Amino acid sequence: MAAVPVSSAASSLPLRVEALVKRFGLVTALDGVTLHLEPGECLGLLGPNGAGKSTLIRSIVGRVAPDAGTIAVFGSAADSAGARTALGWVPQELALYPRLTCRENLESFGRYYGLSGGALHDAVAWCLGWAALTDRAAELVKNLSGGMKRRLNMAAGLIHRPKLVLMDEPTVGVDPQSRNRIFEMIEKLHGDGMSIIYTTHYMEEAERLCDRIAIVDHGHIIAMGTNEELVQRTFGSRSEVLARFQSTPELSARWVERRGGRRVGDAVQFTIEHPTEIAGLLDDSVGAGLVLVDVSVRRPTLESVFLQLTGRELRE
Amino acid sequence: MISIIRTALVSLRRDRAALSLSFVLPVVFFSIFAIIFGGRRDSTPKVTVIVVDEDHSRASERLVKGLQSEQSLIVKTKPEAKQGVAQAEYTAAAAEAAVKAGIAPVAMIVPHGFGANPMSFGGASNGPAVQLLKDPSDMVAPQVAAGLLQKVAMTSMPDVMAELGSRYMDQYAGGFTAEQRKRIDAGLEQLRRETGQRDTTAGGGQNATRNAGLIEVQTRDVVGENKTNPMVSFYAAAIGVMFLLFTASGSSGSLLDEAESGTLDRVLSSHVTMTRLLAGKLAFATLLAFSQLVLMFLWAWAVFKLDFLPHIPGFVVMGVCTAFAVGGFGMLLASLCRTRAQLGALSTLVILIMSSVGGSMFPRFLMPETMQKAGLLTINAWAIDGFTKVFWRDEPLSHLWPQVLVLVAVGAMLFAIARRAAHRWEIV
Repeated sequence: MAAVPVSSAASSLPLRVEALVKRFGLVTALDGVTLHLEPGECLGLLGPNGAGKSTLIRSIVGRVAPDAGTIAVFGSAADSAGARTALGWVPQELALYPRLTCRENLESFGRYYGLSGGALHDAVAWCLGWAALTDRAAELVKNLSGGMKRRLNMAAGLIHRPKLVLMDEPTVGVDPQSRNRIFEMIEKLHGDGMSIIYTTHYMEEAERLCDRIAIVDHGHIIAMGTNEELVQRTFGSRSEVLARFQSTPELSARWVERRGGRRVGDAVQFTIEHPTEIAGLLDDSVGAGLVLVDVSVRRPTLESVFLQLTGRELRE
Repeated sequence: MISIIRTALVSLRRDRAALSLSFVLPVVFFSIFAIIFGGRRDSTPKVTVIVVDEDHSRASERLVKGLQSEQSLIVKTKPEAKQGVAQAEYTAAAAEAAVKAGIAPVAMIVPHGFGANPMSFGGASNGPAVQLLKDPSDMVAPQVAAGLLQKVAMTSMPDVMAELGSRYMDQYAGGFTAEQRKRIDAGLEQLRRETGQRDTTAGGGQNATRNAGLIEVQTRDVVGENKTNPMVSFYAAAIGVMFLLFTASGSSGSLLDEAESGTLDRVLSSHVTMTRLLAGKLAFATLLAFSQLVLMFLWAWAVFKLDFLPHIPGFVVMGVCTAFAVGGFGMLLASLCRTRAQLGALSTLVILIMSSVGGSMFPRFLMPETMQKAGLLTINAWAIDGFTKVFWRDEPLSHLWPQVLVLVAVGAMLFAIARRAAHRWEIV
């Protein structure tokens, strides 16, 4: 990877990634990714499995060597001592010692970052409090619930109080209640001014937590901006119509295809420029022999943006 | 039923670790045992015996020559040449020191005056006895040497035996007539000529019958004579090293667990480098292995009366070096394997082979020469040799340098290879 010449303005940025390329054999996992992160910002990386999100995160923490491009963490090259100190990483896997207690895990990772004595003690106490695990400090990790393990996994990534934290799908396999608690933890960090990169393939998470969202697909960032910017840029003022009909699947499918819509579960979806178009659409459905059950109009979502840009659903 | 067999078969076929344990290990193990005990005649173990001829009589020289022509013996009359310079012949004291040092398991001293009265008919002591100095840790060699001594007396000195027989007859049966004396002398002369001719041919007396007790032998243990439980130190070391190898490979396997769980990635993204991580794990494996040795020897001391306390310095030196070497071995195996299952199979295979060849399962002196030499490629052999020097031969610390050097070098070399193999975990 090339050295990273940085201007003073750029060096103040928590993260700057330029034209990053990574290939695994014939597969190009990252194909010229460029992004930057503002101080105190939470940037979401949204994309399906295999899009390249984890490879990007692992490149930033120095665990993957890019074939081309540059990465600067507060002006320091990835994998430098400065970058390691500034970065916190919450990997997708539960990267913990199962036979150690919560406290012992945090102490171990703290020592790996050079913490000791009072500083280590304070950091462990803060992490346990942040993850709501203070009363479980002496519990072996293998005995914790899935949600608790996830929270401890996140806390271990913050033990050295980094300035930038990378969270790689931290809610994978977590029940809704625990997920909500994790959101609150991240919102607290964000509120305290920490810079965050958050990868997910759940658009609700990205919409709730992230200031900006980068949509990643096949190793490219295909769109980046705030939630509203992405929708506006992709759909303009258009709206989505969702309708459900009583009919045979064949009849319904033929009509949806003719009208340029698509099936979403047991409903059909169309994009319209003006609400007045709804009446004409419904009249046409009656002419095609379909019986309307219900209909609704909504602003397009990130899911719609992804579908529009890639032709695929986010969770395919 | 068929579907269950088919599923199990497919699973087994894809589990290389289980496959190797099922099929490779038994074949390899069988082969090792077959080589050791299976009658490979060209490599039958030979007994090394130091022979000191203090008498230099015709009878003693004939006896030494007869011993030298025995195919089962390696007779040494002088130490190995040093830097090309031939050494003087062994004296009785030097031979005893050599047995104590483990250079040979047995030494024969043919004393002054042996030639004047070499035979002991009917168990009567008619002259000085041959001294057999032995290391009792080798239970086979002294018995082989003693048996062959009696055989050689029969096959290489028939004239001496006949002459003595006629002398006793003359002495105790009222004497021979002049005619009888003349015929006996002529017969003895003929026997001497024939024996002289036979001396020039190798491997004399293959069909000779054993007639134990013709030559009076005094046997003496020169090593471990004061030991309360002489073999326990050997077994403590032999069994200990084998289990140390298992422990070290098991503890190093944590590296694979961490790689699989993602913990290794997290650790390497902190301030810990791969070298530091591996060095830490090596230190832990060494400490664990040493603690295991301490426990084993303390148990041997408490229960089996091992003479532990006077040998603590030697034990610490050998224990630390052995633990370091097995630690390096464990790190290497872990860094070469992809999964725990693979590590389990490979370590079982390698450790059992090393332990059988290296003397952990049965003493190396029972093995053919080639296997004894092959044993020197194992950690087990060097560790056992070192512990034997400490506990059995009571040798000073300075004599441990070959074992210390080899074990430390092996540990360092294995660690260096492990470090190189672990590069695959560093950055993708």
